[in-house]
Amino acid sequence: MDFLLSFQLSAPEIILAVAGLVLLMVAAFAGNKSAQTVTYLAIASLVAAGAVVVELFTNDALSQGADAWSGLYRMDAFGNFTKLLIYLATIGCLIVTPKFFDAKGEYRPEYPVLMIFGAVGMGIMVSAVDLMTLYIGLELSSLSSYVLASYSRSDERSAEAGLKYFVLGALASGILLYGMSLVYGFTGSTSYLGIRAALADGMGTGALFGVVFVLAGLAFKIAAVPFHMWTPDVYEGAPTPVTAFFATAPKVAAIAITMRIALDPFGAQSDAWQQIIIFAALASIVVGALGAIGQENIKRLLAYSSINNVGFILVGLAAATEAGAAAMLVYLAIYVAMSLGSFVAVLMLRDKDGNQVENISDIAGLSRSHGLLALCLAIMMLSLAGIPPLFGFWGKFVVFQAAVQADMIILAALGIAASVIGAFYYLKIVKIMYFDDPADVVEAKGETSRWVVLLVTTIFVSPLGYLLTPWLGDLAARAASAMFFVI
Amino acid sequence: MTNLGGIAIEHFIVVSAILFVLGVLGIFLNRKNVIIILMAIELILLAVNIQLVAFSAFLNDLTGQVFAMFVLTVAAAEAAIGLAILVIYFRGRGTIAVDDVNRMKG
Repeated sequence: MDFLLSFQLSAPEIILAVAGLVLLMVAAFAGNKSAQTVTYLAIASLVAAGAVVVELFTNDALSQGADAWSGLYRMDAFGNFTKLLIYLATIGCLIVTPKFFDAKGEYRPEYPVLMIFGAVGMGIMVSAVDLMTLYIGLELSSLSSYVLASYSRSDERSAEAGLKYFVLGALASGILLYGMSLVYGFTGSTSYLGIRAALADGMGTGALFGVVFVLAGLAFKIAAVPFHMWTPDVYEGAPTPVTAFFATAPKVAAIAITMRIALDPFGAQSDAWQQIIIFAALASIVVGALGAIGQENIKRLLAYSSINNVGFILVGLAAATEAGAAAMLVYLAIYVAMSLGSFVAVLMLRDKDGNQVENISDIAGLSRSHGLLALCLAIMMLSLAGIPPLFGFWGKFVVFQAAVQADMIILAALGIAASVIGAFYYLKIVKIMYFDDPADVVEAKGETSRWVVLLVTTIFVSPLGYLLTPWLGDLAARAASAMFFVI
Repeated sequence: MTNLGGIAIEHFIVVSAILFVLGVLGIFLNRKNVIIILMAIELILLAVNIQLVAFSAFLNDLTGQVFAMFVLTVAAAEAAIGLAILVIYFRGRGTIAVDDVNRMKG
């Protein structure tokens, strides 16, 4: 009975894992011509897994969440919320991918399979309530990501991106693991519940070292300063659809586990990690904003933009309150839409020969030749800058509101001041597109599937998105309260 | 307290800390060969394993040993993927010197 319940609670991961294995077989036997079919089947299995998540989310009998697999895995509102974001981002990335590689004749069925395995790993990560499960999920998604980064064999930069991502990602896993082993040794347990209980009367030096190492490893994964150095290179070198994936789904998963680790096992000891998070948040905002100035490559610029956004999200964690956690989740949802939309717009920029256009100077005067595309990209940029009528403003607003409510007025003030630096380069792109002389390099050909993703995300971040705030806020509040629900 | 052959737990922690630092230094100080970086990564994971098993014996709790098994398995998968990426990289560039990994600035 218990076994059946566990299956039911972890059904999204099981569906995706089985689908991934079956599709791998299909890919192996049917060869490269099955790539398109495998992509559709992969999207279908993600939709199915998402439907199961929605079913679990809305099931009143399980509204408090439930443990599965002897307390290694927990189905709760937090995991469900983040899983929905992860699946949506993965589906979005899968939709826009095939045309990109088709142009080079490189699209192979492993690609969607790797995305599926990545999604399985991320689902396990966000639902893990034991360091072991967390590690397995994290590695499953990381290993898929390494392969995806080096997917484009004809592009030298892709292999280099894969190599850099692999080395630094493996180092991050090692640091995380070292921290986990210290935490295990000094608390005597790997389950979040056990760690929380062991730390109830205060934290010794050994466990404190463990927390610092764990947070350093996680900072690598979310690309927070001072562990951000791999991000620009990997984002630039990886094929653009893969970069879009990195900036959305794995980011959500990594931030989600950072939240869960900080607030669940170490939640009672927030003094131990709050200062680290405050530093990482402010440093990420400033470095992300300053680093982006002067970038020539738009993917590199978006990489710095993602570092900058991680800083804003961490401001919510620094507050260490339930409102802060809910604000982070709202910001994450908006961030995923903005990031996916920007990368899809970048993906549509091609020159006459069908090559990707990545230089910012080449999109000069885009508004005159491709009005709608320029408008969408401009909306994304203004929203990332947090200009009020757009939805990106709301994310920043709730995060800083949570910080102010937690009496962190200096942090909020510094963060807001630094976000002005960030506005500079976002506005620069808008200026280049609208007011510079046309470079006439871009020869964007619209593909319906990409337009759909781009328009959906644009509408979401447009002022129309505010219609969703009560609903989104409610879901995020439920998800956040799941982490503060102590048995 | 469990008898670890007369060796105190501190010694295990120190050994694994030394191995861990060696691994990290191996990644950052080595300017010659990417293969050495892969070896350094293995060293880090083995340092963690020593610590996990030592804690497991010390705490009389099997969890640490199970964890070490998982780490071993994942380390094998990680090495396989790392070498595969390295092969692709070598085909494109014809070298695996660390200083040549610089097609992009940073």
